[in-house]
Amino acid sequence: MRTLPRWILLPAGLGALFVILPLIAMAARVEWSGFWGLLTSESSLAALRLSVQTSLTSAAACAVLGVPMALLLARSDARGMALMRSLVLIPLVLPPVVGGIALLYTVGRQGLLGRHLEVLGIHIAFSTTAVVIAQTFVALPFLVLSLEGALRTAGTRYEEAAASLGARPSRVLTRVTLPLVLPALMSGLVLSFARALGEFGATITFAGSLQGTTRTLPLEIYLQRESDPEAAVALSFVLMLVAIVVIALAHRRRSP
Amino acid sequence: MSLVLRAAVAERDVELDLEVAPGETLALVGPNGAGKSTALSLIAGALRPSSGSVELDGRVLADARTWVPPHDRRVTTLSQDPVLFPHLTALGNVMFPLLARGAPRREARRRAHAHLAELGLSALAARRPSQLSGGQAQRVAIARALAAEPRLLLLDEPMAALDVDVAPALREQLRGFLAERTAIVVTHDLLDALALADRIAVLEGGRGVGIGPTAEVLTRPRSPFAARFAGLNLVAGRWDGAQVRLEDGSSLSALCEESPGTQVLAAFRPAAVHLVEEGGLRRTVRALAPRGDLVRAVTEDLAADLPPQEVARRHLVPGSAVRLAVAGEDVTAYEA
Repeated sequence: MRTLPRWILLPAGLGALFVILPLIAMAARVEWSGFWGLLTSESSLAALRLSVQTSLTSAAACAVLGVPMALLLARSDARGMALMRSLVLIPLVLPPVVGGIALLYTVGRQGLLGRHLEVLGIHIAFSTTAVVIAQTFVALPFLVLSLEGALRTAGTRYEEAAASLGARPSRVLTRVTLPLVLPALMSGLVLSFARALGEFGATITFAGSLQGTTRTLPLEIYLQRESDPEAAVALSFVLMLVAIVVIALAHRRRSP
Repeated sequence: MSLVLRAAVAERDVELDLEVAPGETLALVGPNGAGKSTALSLIAGALRPSSGSVELDGRVLADARTWVPPHDRRVTTLSQDPVLFPHLTALGNVMFPLLARGAPRREARRRAHAHLAELGLSALAARRPSQLSGGQAQRVAIARALAAEPRLLLLDEPMAALDVDVAPALREQLRGFLAERTAIVVTHDLLDALALADRIAVLEGGRGVGIGPTAEVLTRPRSPFAARFAGLNLVAGRWDGAQVRLEDGSSLSALCEESPGTQVLAAFRPAAVHLVEEGGLRRTVRALAPRGDLVRAVTEDLAADLPPQEVARRHLVPGSAVRLAVAGEDVTAYEA
């Protein structure tokens, strides 16, 4: 701090306000008298339930797919790994709407895989499965990046020691590698859950907005904004609280 | 033989030929880049030989067709860093290799406790690695390595990271454990070699340049590095029946049992060297450094440990010309 010029306090303070002020402004608009009623309306409850369900499923899918990806990216020196790493980042920078369209052309009715699935009687687009796929698509990089970084920092010396003590690769993975990066795995899961919970663009493009089936909380908020602004604010407030809890969790895990 | 390493790694220009007998401890010494780490990597399974083979107890671990993965080699490495698993207690760390080999939990716990007790660590069983001192952590690492019951134990400078006041006790414990075990110790420390090794192999430039019983290598070094490691001066010459004739025309009296005309190496301790006014070996002082209650004068190829009074009286400084002499009884000459 002593080496920093005093004047940077001004832009830094403005930046902090820029982040915090909108949250305060929204919280100030919450109608506390009808708050509970707005949250427990049929459509709100349906959206809430669907969002929690799909986001948890997506986080689990991220773990199943993302942990092996992170392990390979961190530990393999095979050719093409650098390319793989860039590809994994794509959902992070791709506009979610574009992601939704890409998914539509993959597993949609006319899609690359979709038309074969269609023959088998499997319809994915505009179903809850589509919501999970859209959320997993955008959330996966959060888990992979968080875990890959931790794996690189942890290094391979514990794994080499474990092998030298006679542990097979699977045992090294489950008893040494994963326990060592557990904090990063947890924060990666929390982050990908949060990203899935907030997913809007890919979901509305690829899964649509059917109440109880594909209309998650962000979609519900977007729709309510016109017809019932107070309900939209109440639901937004809930998502904001979730975001704060997520940051607290992810941050605590990261700096033990 | 227990271990037979006869392998080359072309990209590192290393070509090794080493054998370790059952129950024997072999010390690997050599300057940095001599191939010591490469040897350990070949044996532990971190590196494939480009030709040749590694065999342990008659089983081929690696050759052109065979590759046994590290976890299946029964070779355990103990390095200067204990690498204890931070998420496990001391006991959990020692149980790890037992569980990895399929011991039931209860049995693993009992045997791990026994290993900890053997190293006097019973009181620390429940501690996490972060709550152990460097010496304690290294002892837990030793207990863990012994629990793995390796056919061959690789020790990579096991004492290098320890405080000087902890190392002697640990070295003594290690000497007990290695007595009946087969092991290879890589070390830069003369005391490690003296205490632990039955034989010493000297590596230089990726090749073995001498191997023999510890006492033999330390009293009759065959390479400049081995001489330095043993703390001896080494010169080469020809034995004429009375003296060793050096290439520069000077000569040294020596104890020698070779027949006249033999090419010999002559070894002598720096402390046996004194300065003379006439004759002797003509050298130039390159550096002076304190050494115990003496001053070590280092010349082009020789070292002399001189009393400080002598250094002061002669005004020795780097650059001073000196004549070095050694009494014949202090010089051992042997066939080169």
